[in-house]
Amino acid sequence: MENENNNKDRRNFLKLGIFTTATVAAVGTGLSKVFSENNPPQASGKKVKVMTADGKLVEVDSAHLKCCSSPPVSNEEARKGIEGKKFVMVIDLAKCDGCATCTVSCQKMHHTPPEREWIKVFKMQDSEKTAPYFFPKPCYHCDNPPCTKVCPVNATFKRQDGIVLIDNTRCIGCRFCMAACPYSTRFFNWDKPEESAEVASMPYSPEQSFPRKMGTVEKCDFCPHMLREGKLPDCVANCAMNAIYMGDANEDAVTSSSGETVQLSKLLEDNAGFRYMEELGTEPRVYYLPPKNRRYPKPEMHNEKQSEKKGHDMMNMKM
Amino acid sequence: MENTQQQTTAHPAATGHQSEIIRQELLAPIGKYSPLNRLWIGFLSVIVLWGIAIYARQCIWGLGTTAMRNYVSWGLYISTFVFFIGISHSGTLVSAILRITNKEWRRPITRSAELLTWVSLLFGGMMPIIDMGRPERIPNLILFGRLQSPLVWDIICIGTYFTGSTIFLYLPMIPDIAICRDRLSGNASRFRKWIYRKLSLGWKDTAANWHKLEKTMKIMTIIIMPIAVSVHTVVGYIFAMTLRPGWNSTVFGPYFVAGALYSGSAAVVLVMVAFRKMYHLEKYITLKQFNYMGQLVLALTIIYAYFNVNEYAVPAYKMESAEGFLLKELFQGRYATIFWTLQFGTVLFPAFILAFPKGRTPLFASIACIIIVIGAWVKRYIIVIPTLLHPFMPIQKVPVTWAEYFPNWVEWSITIAALAGIFLVITLFAKIFPIISVWEVEEGQEFERKKKMVDAMIEKENAQQLQPQSN
Repeated sequence: MENENNNKDRRNFLKLGIFTTATVAAVGTGLSKVFSENNPPQASGKKVKVMTADGKLVEVDSAHLKCCSSPPVSNEEARKGIEGKKFVMVIDLAKCDGCATCTVSCQKMHHTPPEREWIKVFKMQDSEKTAPYFFPKPCYHCDNPPCTKVCPVNATFKRQDGIVLIDNTRCIGCRFCMAACPYSTRFFNWDKPEESAEVASMPYSPEQSFPRKMGTVEKCDFCPHMLREGKLPDCVANCAMNAIYMGDANEDAVTSSSGETVQLSKLLEDNAGFRYMEELGTEPRVYYLPPKNRRYPKPEMHNEKQSEKKGHDMMNMKM
Repeated sequence: MENTQQQTTAHPAATGHQSEIIRQELLAPIGKYSPLNRLWIGFLSVIVLWGIAIYARQCIWGLGTTAMRNYVSWGLYISTFVFFIGISHSGTLVSAILRITNKEWRRPITRSAELLTWVSLLFGGMMPIIDMGRPERIPNLILFGRLQSPLVWDIICIGTYFTGSTIFLYLPMIPDIAICRDRLSGNASRFRKWIYRKLSLGWKDTAANWHKLEKTMKIMTIIIMPIAVSVHTVVGYIFAMTLRPGWNSTVFGPYFVAGALYSGSAAVVLVMVAFRKMYHLEKYITLKQFNYMGQLVLALTIIYAYFNVNEYAVPAYKMESAEGFLLKELFQGRYATIFWTLQFGTVLFPAFILAFPKGRTPLFASIACIIIVIGAWVKRYIIVIPTLLHPFMPIQKVPVTWAEYFPNWVEWSITIAALAGIFLVITLFAKIFPIISVWEVEEGQEFERKKKMVDAMIEKENAQQLQPQSN
């Protein structure tokens, strides 16, 4: 949180005169990071690769990057989504070593209780003889979302940028969306949320999903408040294995924690990318790359089986 | 239908000695509270008040006070919702079918069947509200309601059904309330006098009034049937519209309707037994009623068994991955005992009892029906919970409480209180209004008498000035 800098940065940014005709919403949209050389601060020496609006990959000093963060957007704005974007995530199962840094950093950023994992790393094995692998699972932000379909009050909704969000000021707590989600992605605030006074007093936006409200549903939100600032969600940015990519399908580009931006279609093509449980027809916006040629230890499925929660034998559970 | 037309125009005259006895007997329990009655009402009230207190506590501290967690996000409340709505089917549908087919034996049982519908709908409709995380946001359903949501279909269908069954219960009560108004006012409390005066809508024993009542009842009888079917279909759709193994089934709509009829008709038999015993109505609710109702329950149980075969045997033949995993758990895993007990113990066994004429006597029929009703409740639970505990994603690294479910004392308190509420409303209703439709029984007697008379006259000689259709 760089909230204290937000307003100043944005003012600076607007002063620079770049995209002066653009709307505030459009300003924040770029994953292709906005930078400026008009007002050069001291160089930090740390080079960062960024993509310009016309698709060129350039290397700039990180100190030259300008954030264009804004205070939480209104509920109306949060419902519309970011114009011109189609957010997409790619998770490379060949790189994931199951360290769950994504989970931890997500929990930190969203002030989530420890047992509530918006992005969760499963240990999977499709059948007895097939290879086990780690399987990080965020919300899939499906294009045919079973959850938003069943919501009686439109408290959970699909935005134009592909993101599925929940408005906890409208949610009636019927939990139909939880029953409808085939991926067990949603969580319910069963009790009074345990939040610090600081978090509880922050302004609410469906884009950041806190402060929480008892009796409402929450889930992974793809961090649209970060995306608006052109930043990667914390799960992506903190992945030590560079296993998670986040990007815009319209730009056909996704970026991983190393700052490396690659062409989405080529990434999926070259690695035989797939979507989990395609047969359900939910059209997830999260793609996986198969777990081949791994250079780290595979998950120990046998031990996992021993410690598996009572009555649930995942080895039998073909995915 | 012409048949009844004839009777009703003749009805006002039918206040002879016979009907005087009927009136005295059927109105006898009204307004009289024996010590046992008081104890019963007090007992139920305590349970209901306890439930209200626990619900208030749940509202303050959240649904975390229940045993539900993120995997089993629907539990006893939603199972009970489905069960209560199922019970509500009985009444109206049984009574409507019997009315429209003009079954004479229906007369003493329609009122209690319709009442059971109305009350279980009232409390069934409360269950999802009790289950809501933010009940104070109910207005959102109107402000932002989405017609695409099966939940909204439920609200519309249950709302319509509730309105319809209120009318369906109330219409044939009007002449009875008028009888109460005219006969019981003397020694009745001011409150009851007021109720009778208001609710009888100034009913007068005129041919025009009877004609109007007859006509509206006929319309309501027809309207209520598709509504009743729609209600349980959309309750089934709440589950069937998801992709979950065990719920993702095209047969769920009719399966739920069949299940509702099976449990509902059994519940009608239990209400019959209870009132017969409590209010000494053996003369009116006779063995004939039990025999016929027993046959009806038997038929509906067999239909329900047929749907069970469809629901379980068809996917079990294929054993598709996730669905197969759930079925294994049901057939031979941790739900096996309960699953097979339900199939054999609460579907086939009661059917076996009811198949014998002796099994359709009050004692055995009520045993069979108690088994059916309890079985139907547990079955709802087995439809809801195992599916939630067997999602597509494996359950890993979660607190133990997430991966298992058994309702805790909060859920039991509130659910039992809802059940007690049903009993309480039925009990109080029978203390204010006749639980057996007085005028319909009178009409039946009159019909019976005329039939005999006509038969005798036909035997005698030319029958041209008589009602030609009294066959």
